[in-house]
Amino acid sequence: MAEEVVLFGVRGSPFTCRIEIALKLKGVQYKYINEDLDNKSPLLLKYNPVHKKVPVLVHNGKPVLESLVILEYIDETWQGYPILPEDPYERATARFWAKFIDDKCFPAIFKSCWGEEKEREKAVEEVSVVLKILEDELKEKKFFGGENVGLVDIVAVVIGFSLGVYEEAARVELLNKEKLPRLCNWIDDFLSNSFIKESLPPRDKLIAYLRNYYRSDNASK
Amino acid sequence: MAKNDVKVLGAWPSPYVMRPRIALNIKSVNYDFLEETFGSKSELLLQSNPVHKKVPVLIHGDKPICESMIIVEYIDEVWTSGPSILPSDPYDRAIQRFWAAYVDEKFFAAMKGLRSAQGEERKAFLDQVTEGLALLEEAFGKCSKGKAFFGGDRIGLLDIAFGSFLGWLKVTEKVNGVKLLDEAKTPGLVKWAERFCADAAVKSVMPETEKLLEVSKVLAAKMKGAPPPKN
Repeated sequence: MAEEVVLFGVRGSPFTCRIEIALKLKGVQYKYINEDLDNKSPLLLKYNPVHKKVPVLVHNGKPVLESLVILEYIDETWQGYPILPEDPYERATARFWAKFIDDKCFPAIFKSCWGEEKEREKAVEEVSVVLKILEDELKEKKFFGGENVGLVDIVAVVIGFSLGVYEEAARVELLNKEKLPRLCNWIDDFLSNSFIKESLPPRDKLIAYLRNYYRSDNASK
Repeated sequence: MAKNDVKVLGAWPSPYVMRPRIALNIKSVNYDFLEETFGSKSELLLQSNPVHKKVPVLIHGDKPICESMIIVEYIDEVWTSGPSILPSDPYDRAIQRFWAAYVDEKFFAAMKGLRSAQGEERKAFLDQVTEGLALLEEAFGKCSKGKAFFGGDRIGLLDIAFGSFLGWLKVTEKVNGVKLLDEAKTPGLVKWAERFCADAAVKSVMPETEKLLEVSKVLAAKMKGAPPPKN
C-alpha cells in the first residue's frame, strides 16, 4: 500500500521539530512542506481550519493536528521505536511531563526572551523554577525516557535546543550550569542523538532570524 | 479489587474532578472519593501532586496520577475488561484527543472569560463561546456518525472531556441570561447533553445546577482572590 505522509511545519519551530524527530525515529518517509506563517497556504488552512497552525501531519490525506496528539498518533500508527513506554503508569507519567513542558516551561522560556519587557524578569524567575523541577525529575536517568529518547525528551526539544538558541539570540541567561548539572548533561546527550541532530534547523540562521523578527524596529507578529 | 485501592482526590463542583469519576464508573471500578476542603489543600494532595498541587489526583495503590485527561487515559489503559473509553483506530483517537484539547484550551478559556467579564468584553467572550459550540456541534456530527455520543454508542473520551463542563455551562446560561445550547443552533448537542447527563456513569457525579449556582456566587464574591483548585 503506497503510503503518503506529509508534514506541514515551520523550520525553527520546536513544535514542528518534535514531529520530525518522531518520524525519523520510526523510520517513516515523509514530505516536508515549509509554511510562511505570515502567508499561510490554502492547503494548511484547509487541513487546520480551527487553529490554522503548524505542525499538521497529513497521513494518506487525513490531517492530524496538535503536536502532542500527533506524537501519540505516530507512536500508535508505526511500529518499531517506542516513543511512549508500555506500562500505563509510566505512560501517564510521560504524558504528565510532556504537558508540564508545554504548559509551564515553553511559555516561560519564550516570554523571558521575547515577551514584553515588563514581563521578562518574572518569566526568567519562572524558568528557573520549572527547570529545577525538571532537573529533579531527571534523577539519575540519561534521558527522561530512561536509557533512550522518549516522548518527554522529544517534547523537551524546547529545552534541549530552543532554550540555548533563544538565550543566545536574546542575550538572556537562563541555564545555570551549577544549579542544573543533570539538565545540562541531558542537553549534551540530547544534542548528540543522531536522529535529533538531523531534525534540528541550522542554529546560526535561526538566531539571526529570531533577532530580526522579534527585536527589530519593524517587527510584527 | 479492594475498595480503597483506588482513590480520587477532588472537589465535587470541579468539572475536572468529574472526569476520572465518570471513567471509573464506566469501568465499574469502586473507589474512595476524598473530598478536599474548599480553600485549603490536604497533606495527601500536596504529597501526591507536588508540582501543581491541584485536583483531581487518582491514587492507584500508592501511585498518584495527575491531570484529568491523563488520568482518564490511564483508567482506560489499566481496566481493559470494561468498555473502552478511547476508540481503537489511531486516527479516531487523534480526533478525540484533538477536540478534548480544544475544549480544555480554547472553549474553557472562553467560558471562564464569559463568567467574569463585564460590558464590552462580555460580548466578545459570548461570541467565542457561541463559535466554540458551533464547532463542537459540527464535530459531534462527524464523530458520532449518527449515534448517541461523540464516542459512538457509548460515552467516550470526548464526551467525558466536554460533558464534564455541562453543569457550569448551565450556570453560565443562568447567570448571563443567555441560551448557549440551543435547539435551533446546536440541536445535536442539546440532545447529546440530555443523554450524557442521564447516563448511569454520569448521573451520580454530575452536580445539581442549583448547587453549582451557589458555588458560583461564592466564587464571584471572592473573584479578586485566587481561582479554586482545578486542572
